[in-house]
Amino acid sequence: MGEQELFWVMSPVIVLASLTLLFARKAVYVLAGMIVVMIGLAVFYVTLEAPFLGMIQVIVYTGAIMMLILFVLMLVGVDQKESLRETIRGQRWIALAAATGLVVLIVTTVYRIELPIRDIGGMNDGGNPQVIANALFGEWVLVMEILGLVLISAAVSAIVLTHLPRSGDRRSQAERAEERVRARLNPVNKPMPGVYARRNALDVPAIDPEGKPVPASISRVLKARKQDKDGSEWRAIGKDEAAE
Amino acid sequence: MVNIVNALVSPTPSPSVTPPEGFVPWEQTLRGDSLLLVAIKAVAILVFLLLSVLFAVWFERKVISRMQERIGPNIHGPFGLFQLVGDALKLLLKEDVSVTKRDRVLYIAAPLISVICAFLVFSVIPIGPAVRIPFTEDVTPLQLTDFPVAALFILACAAVGVYGIVLGGWASGSTYPLVGAVRSSAQIISYELAMGLSLVTVFMMSSSMYTQDIVAAQADLWFGVLLLPAFLLYIVAMVGETNRLPFDLPEAEGELVAGYMTEYSSIKFAWYFLAEYINMLNVSAVATTLFLGGWRAPWPLSAVSDGVLNTGYWPVLWFLAKVWLLMFFFVWVRGSLMRLRYDQFMRLGWKLLIPIGLGWVVLWGVARVLYVKDWLPSVKQVTVPAAIVLGLATVVVLFWPSKPGEEKTGRGRVKEIDATAGGFPVPPKPGEKLPPSPRSTRTVDARSQAKEKGDRDKG
Repeated sequence: MGEQELFWVMSPVIVLASLTLLFARKAVYVLAGMIVVMIGLAVFYVTLEAPFLGMIQVIVYTGAIMMLILFVLMLVGVDQKESLRETIRGQRWIALAAATGLVVLIVTTVYRIELPIRDIGGMNDGGNPQVIANALFGEWVLVMEILGLVLISAAVSAIVLTHLPRSGDRRSQAERAEERVRARLNPVNKPMPGVYARRNALDVPAIDPEGKPVPASISRVLKARKQDKDGSEWRAIGKDEAAE
Repeated sequence: MVNIVNALVSPTPSPSVTPPEGFVPWEQTLRGDSLLLVAIKAVAILVFLLLSVLFAVWFERKVISRMQERIGPNIHGPFGLFQLVGDALKLLLKEDVSVTKRDRVLYIAAPLISVICAFLVFSVIPIGPAVRIPFTEDVTPLQLTDFPVAALFILACAAVGVYGIVLGGWASGSTYPLVGAVRSSAQIISYELAMGLSLVTVFMMSSSMYTQDIVAAQADLWFGVLLLPAFLLYIVAMVGETNRLPFDLPEAEGELVAGYMTEYSSIKFAWYFLAEYINMLNVSAVATTLFLGGWRAPWPLSAVSDGVLNTGYWPVLWFLAKVWLLMFFFVWVRGSLMRLRYDQFMRLGWKLLIPIGLGWVVLWGVARVLYVKDWLPSVKQVTVPAAIVLGLATVVVLFWPSKPGEEKTGRGRVKEIDATAGGFPVPPKPGEKLPPSPRSTRTVDARSQAKEKGDRDKG
């Protein structure tokens, strides 16, 4: 009940979302479209009495894998536009031929299907998750283990191939602090710039308890650009006094 | 091999999960619900969540101020309770400022995704057993829906809800929100794994993913006691999932202004705010259901006149008490712990939580197989000592003193190389280092070396 109605509601949503893959200009829109498609498929799985598959589809594919892709996209820059220059000669024609072949293959296969393929009436007897568990870890356990092994070795080898050993030694925060003290440098952070209550800006040096400016509180960059001020106009004591 | 695996997934419940007398399959009683009743339940959940969020804001302000030796809101109304009306109205009536560089569609859609996913979770939480609705003959469980994978539905909602944060951070078209979004996506990938692993043993123990079945399986002993490592794992992961201190790196106000919600104001910010507090309630309710016996009365009360306190509308009280106890825990944690540094946070997730979770699942699986094979009288005989050993091992590993200089390359053996000797620049290999860059006078290294050299020259 309600299965057909849900199908007619969800299908246009899924088809529209999948069209973003072809027409969207921004990579994030493509990803958002794919997420919608995946959630739509999960809804179909649930209506077709495969709730476990539906939930796993959302948790694993939508939640983890798409999130991983989004993470990588954001790291490399989401706003990068794809270059449309062809790197292989005649790429378009090869792609067109391959796409036509795929379409012909799908259309002929779908055309030749006769329903019902197989009686799946009592498929969920004993509970949907239990049936899937028995199939994956009973009947097909060897295949599952081999797949797991292949995936793990792929992940491990990718890490091994891209891993760079640390070139220097690794120093902890405590060791760094110790080094600072040994070199008789300022053991703590430099004071923040700005004179509170008068002018709280990066270009004005902080004032020490004696009322004298602390030059180290201003960024090197501002000094190099000659954008720093001596801050005399903001100080409580007179200009001459500070200059001494 | 197949037999052992079958034993693991076999639906035969262990003695502790035998349903009590007069047990009714929950799905059937829920199927009796009319459409009107479903609508009423949905609206009730919505209203309950909105009111709870309002109360939670006041609760958090009040509790945290007591912890900081302040009084907190106390002017408007008794105990400052009317402050929450003011807080809510302020959020709704503020000026809506948005950025010109925003992405129009996703900027609006993102907070909506967050808030809708947050609302969905409570639909599968059992607030009580089957009760008779007042003034009618209808009997229905205090729960909107339950299905064979209801517990996984909670994880699915959490997974989709994070897209609200990540897409919102990107759609703001500004730097701090983007950094917050990237952090959030990394955080979710790592902490959802730990959370999922902590739930596996719960499902194995209850042999079901119906939330009412999980509650029924805890009639004798709460899973929080029986599966203590999993419970602790869940507690840590749930704070990570809700972006609360000490894991609030996506919005770290000291570094990122407000993270992913920097560019949101007025009602759009209110949606994020709502989602965050509903998510706190959600994870508390899930922890209650999966580990703290759900709506069941705590031990001394459950024994009162043959469990009369486990019937009727009483369980709502126990459920709310447990949820608000966990909410108090959230505020307590916020008041006591400081935000972690990002690398510490990631190390905790990947090097501690996930290995413990995996180890616990394997251990529990082995114990279960031994039990099913009749080599063990009870699963607890393996898991309880093993949990203690696991806990001790963790403590030992954490506090094991590392030998000084063990991991180090040793400074004396580091050789300075000419990076461009081969014609083009190459990075240093282990045991080699580059000569100090002429531009690096500002680093501590360079300055300490210069100072040492100066001291030597003087002396």
